[in-house]
Amino acid sequence: MIEIKSVVKQYGRKRVLDNVSLNIEKGKITSFIGPNGAGKSTLLSIISRLIGKDGGEVYLEGQLVDRIDYNDFARRLSILRQTNHINVRLTVRELVSFGRFPYSEGKLKAEDLEHIEKALEYTQLQDEQHKYLDELSGGQRQRAFIAMVIAQDTDYILLDEPLNNLDVKHSVEIMKILRRLVRELGKTVVIVMHDINFASCYSDHIVAFNKGQIVKEGEVEEIIRKEVLEDVYDTNFVVQDIMNRRICFYY
Amino acid sequence: MKKRYLLVLLILLSIISLFIGVRKISLQDILRFEDAAMRTMVLSRIPRLISLILAGMGMSISGLIMQQLSQNKFVSPTTAGTIDSAKLGILFSLIVFPAANTIVKMLISFVFALAGSLLFMFILRKIKMKNTVIIPLIGIMMANIIGSVSSFFAYRYNLTQSLSSWMQGNFSMVIKGRYELLYISLPLVLIAYHYTNQFTIAGMGEEFAFNLGLNYNSVVNIGISIVALISALVVITVGRIPFLGLVIPNLISIYYGDNLRKNIIPTALAGAIFLLFSDILGRIVIYPYEIPISLTVGILGSIIFLYLLFRRNH
Repeated sequence: MIEIKSVVKQYGRKRVLDNVSLNIEKGKITSFIGPNGAGKSTLLSIISRLIGKDGGEVYLEGQLVDRIDYNDFARRLSILRQTNHINVRLTVRELVSFGRFPYSEGKLKAEDLEHIEKALEYTQLQDEQHKYLDELSGGQRQRAFIAMVIAQDTDYILLDEPLNNLDVKHSVEIMKILRRLVRELGKTVVIVMHDINFASCYSDHIVAFNKGQIVKEGEVEEIIRKEVLEDVYDTNFVVQDIMNRRICFYY
Repeated sequence: MKKRYLLVLLILLSIISLFIGVRKISLQDILRFEDAAMRTMVLSRIPRLISLILAGMGMSISGLIMQQLSQNKFVSPTTAGTIDSAKLGILFSLIVFPAANTIVKMLISFVFALAGSLLFMFILRKIKMKNTVIIPLIGIMMANIIGSVSSFFAYRYNLTQSLSSWMQGNFSMVIKGRYELLYISLPLVLIAYHYTNQFTIAGMGEEFAFNLGLNYNSVVNIGISIVALISALVVITVGRIPFLGLVIPNLISIYYGDNLRKNIIPTALAGAIFLLFSDILGRIVIYPYEIPISLTVGILGSIIFLYLLFRRNH
């Protein structure tokens, strides 16, 4: 479990996170939703220690995250942020192999190779493994980065807008991979999402942010509701059940 | 372009390099241990060859590390202020410690080169706009500012000529006893090889490195120190060699990608080959005279650079 206790982050006088407390449960997909600038990505960065905080504490399985050393942390929690600025010419397999770096420091052992194969299998990139990243489509590229995180084999996987710039087919592929990770390997996945319907269809738990605070959190049925979403996004919503899923119309 | 071919080419060029020069030396002379021929070999030809290979490897690897750490293909010791800072260091030692030996001069030059490169990396981290063109431009501007400081003091102390003779890339002056400092670059290359995976990861950005449990800052500092030290060594012993650190890593990256573990050896070999070839060219074009290597390297380097630029646009 990740416990977030009264976390505060401010830039100058502006509070981007105002006393946020939250528990993220193990073995579930938790989605962070909310308008731009609500603090979702900031909280993700704070949990993963990419940025510092101005108050509060974050615990990873009861342990204060600031006390965990670099390498140990990298074996327990991984974070993938937007990757479109990374233009390094690596093959898919090389990238995925770097996921084993926290364990192997570059010298891959049999166990590392197993993890790499499994990650390629999960993301169905076996046929593309010797291609360079810049030869792949956007969807394959994103899957390659997710494969790296799978190879990293952390209990907690944090993803910042993994569906950004992806078309419908590739978005669905990615979400199915993540569901499988939770179901088969018991991973805990936290995602910042912009597409509410994707959040509704693939999450176990949803946390709605606005103006640096959590407006409401709960199961899909509790959050994907007209009055909650209208409050969060300040827009008119129609929510309907279609094939047992909660789907929103806000267009 | 297999590694094997590069190695064969390097050996071939090395042999050619040993046997050209004003004084004709034949294989028989060597086999008979003919005195004058042996002396030419040991005092001049072999030192020249070794310094060419070491400088070529060192500068291309420096460029490779710089490009990886700055995440920019157009950054190299010449476009990041490293070389100009090393030059300022030499000037400083000429003014303040004129009697100091070469090792002291090299160390002072290294300290300056290190400071200059770290300053560049610092500026890089402060700039939000990571535009491919802006970053090397900033490096070149910084290099020019440092260069103008050097020029100013060189004029004040009447050292312009002496400084430019230090800086002019030239292997014709390399003789036994004046190049051995370059051997220090060998262990540096080995250290660089040891850190290849770390450099590759750091090249994907600070957050990416952090996610994999890498101490980004210390890796960057190690990389920059290696680059600064190699640059200072090369500048002190043979002077400034333009383009090498820029074009060779780019050329090799086309075939081998950006995984340093995979491309560092080909880069080193290609750097040595490029420098050897340029040197041989400079020695035979107006035989028995020589044109300075900075000229041949400049011409060949700029042709390759233009090729790389056009290739990028396609």
